[in-house]
Amino acid sequence: MTDALVHARNLRKEFGELVAVDGIDFEVRAGETFGFLGPNGAGKSSTMKMIGSVSPRTDGDLRVLGKDPNEHGQEIRADLGVIPQEDNLDLELTVYENLLIYGRYFGMSRKVINDRIDELLVFAQLDERRNSRVEPLSGGMKRRLTIARGLINTPKLLLLDEPTTGLDPQARHLLWDRLYRLKQEGVTLIITTHYMDEAEQLCDRLVIMDKGRIVTEGSPQELIEQHTRREVLEMRFAVGTQEEHAARLESLAPRVEILPDRVLLYTDDADATADAVAAQGIVPESTVSRRSTLEDVFLRLTGRTLVD
Amino acid sequence: MLLVNSGRVVEASARVYRKTWRGSVISTFFNPILYLLAMGVGLGQLVDDGTGTTALAIPYLTFLAPGLLAATAMMTGAGDASWPVMAGIKWRKTYDAILATPVGVPELVVGQLSWVGVRLLFVTVVYSGVMTAFDATTVAQGALAVPPAVLTGLGFAAIMTAYTARLKDEQGISAIFRFAIMPLFLFSGTFFPLSQLPGWIQPAAYATPLFHGVSLCRGLALGTEFAVNPMYSVAYLLTMLIFGTLLAIRLMGRRLIT
Repeated sequence: MTDALVHARNLRKEFGELVAVDGIDFEVRAGETFGFLGPNGAGKSSTMKMIGSVSPRTDGDLRVLGKDPNEHGQEIRADLGVIPQEDNLDLELTVYENLLIYGRYFGMSRKVINDRIDELLVFAQLDERRNSRVEPLSGGMKRRLTIARGLINTPKLLLLDEPTTGLDPQARHLLWDRLYRLKQEGVTLIITTHYMDEAEQLCDRLVIMDKGRIVTEGSPQELIEQHTRREVLEMRFAVGTQEEHAARLESLAPRVEILPDRVLLYTDDADATADAVAAQGIVPESTVSRRSTLEDVFLRLTGRTLVD
Repeated sequence: MLLVNSGRVVEASARVYRKTWRGSVISTFFNPILYLLAMGVGLGQLVDDGTGTTALAIPYLTFLAPGLLAATAMMTGAGDASWPVMAGIKWRKTYDAILATPVGVPELVVGQLSWVGVRLLFVTVVYSGVMTAFDATTVAQGALAVPPAVLTGLGFAAIMTAYTARLKDEQGISAIFRFAIMPLFLFSGTFFPLSQLPGWIQPAAYATPLFHGVSLCRGLALGTEFAVNPMYSVAYLLTMLIFGTLLAIRLMGRRLIT
């Protein structure tokens, strides 16, 4: 646990009867980008709040920046940057003022804050909006401002709770680019997300959570190798004909998943599998062959049932 | 640390107020003037020209003005500690943003209340000037009535913060204004001496916080006798402020640190 910025053992969080986090172990090392993935209600945000030292744990052990949040919450928070799921900016104030008052909460001097603001506005591509009120800004701009605000105190650890939820693709890619730059500068990031592409883009290591527990842990590549095959062959059949083919497909790939509208064959070589299917005389209506993604791992481990 | 961090909350609130003060000008400054004109000058004329058996030895406007000072402070304190607090907790979640920094719940609550205190000082000084302009008091006596008015407003603000910390939505705010603040406004000796009320209800009126604020403001602004021992009134309002603040810290912690 020497160089771990966050160290959790058997970490638990209960709200009355509800067990939000059910005894999890993890470590976040300096300089890495660590992800918590999981469906809604998996316990990601509860875990983030405990790390952010604004939610006391029910049981287990937690060290953030080497300290116990129950006793040193204030000191820990001084070195954290927190980007909440919903932007909670002061809408009446300007971009500059939002950053200024936030810096003041950290006890920074005006001089230091002003220098930092100049850097952050360039970083967040908001320098032309410095004196604009926040309210009319676009969702992407508000998000970037929230991130800039979280960086005002030059944190040792940045916590991002679903950073790109609700943004359009352009805004998401710009944000990923900014986060990637932070990562290259050596900032340690902890991200929660339910976007698999986001996790694949950004995370060095991640855990997948479900119902308050960690179901697996590793790099995106490791998880794909461990839990699924390299490639996927997706086939659709004419309505009503899927059942008659399904049984014969079962033997053609190491793992076959039959969904109501299509059949997925998990394989190491999708083209070879497609040839084998054709050799059996099976003609699907359409075929897609693609690489396996984290989404396949995620769905395999957390199921396809909708969580509301 | 409590004072330093609370000071930063005050600083941020002042910055927001600089952008939003226009919206509150009507309610804080013009309403009391309208009341003074309508009740004090308009209705007051009738009261003063009445039968001569009036319980007042002074012009009605003079009687009313200091009572309205305390009542205005109550309204301002209660208002500033309800809607903006709800916004911080729920609508804008700006309190979550503050609590993610080294600022903790006690500092947030104390800072928020201190800012309400600054606002109250502002409002009551202006109002005291208006009273003087209406010739209801002198500059010096009007100024003496400012501290008890601020204390009254802060007492209400503290209790209101605690109350708001437990609310799910704004219906509870409307309800408390309708069922608690408005009756207090009308029946705490602001508009008429409590001796006008039926005897059986008088003890209840004496027990209300605004009555004590009115008694202090009126006694000091007019240099007349207090309706009740001023030591009791100060003790009552201070207790309300301290108890309310501690309760607000506790309930706000329960709401925001989950």
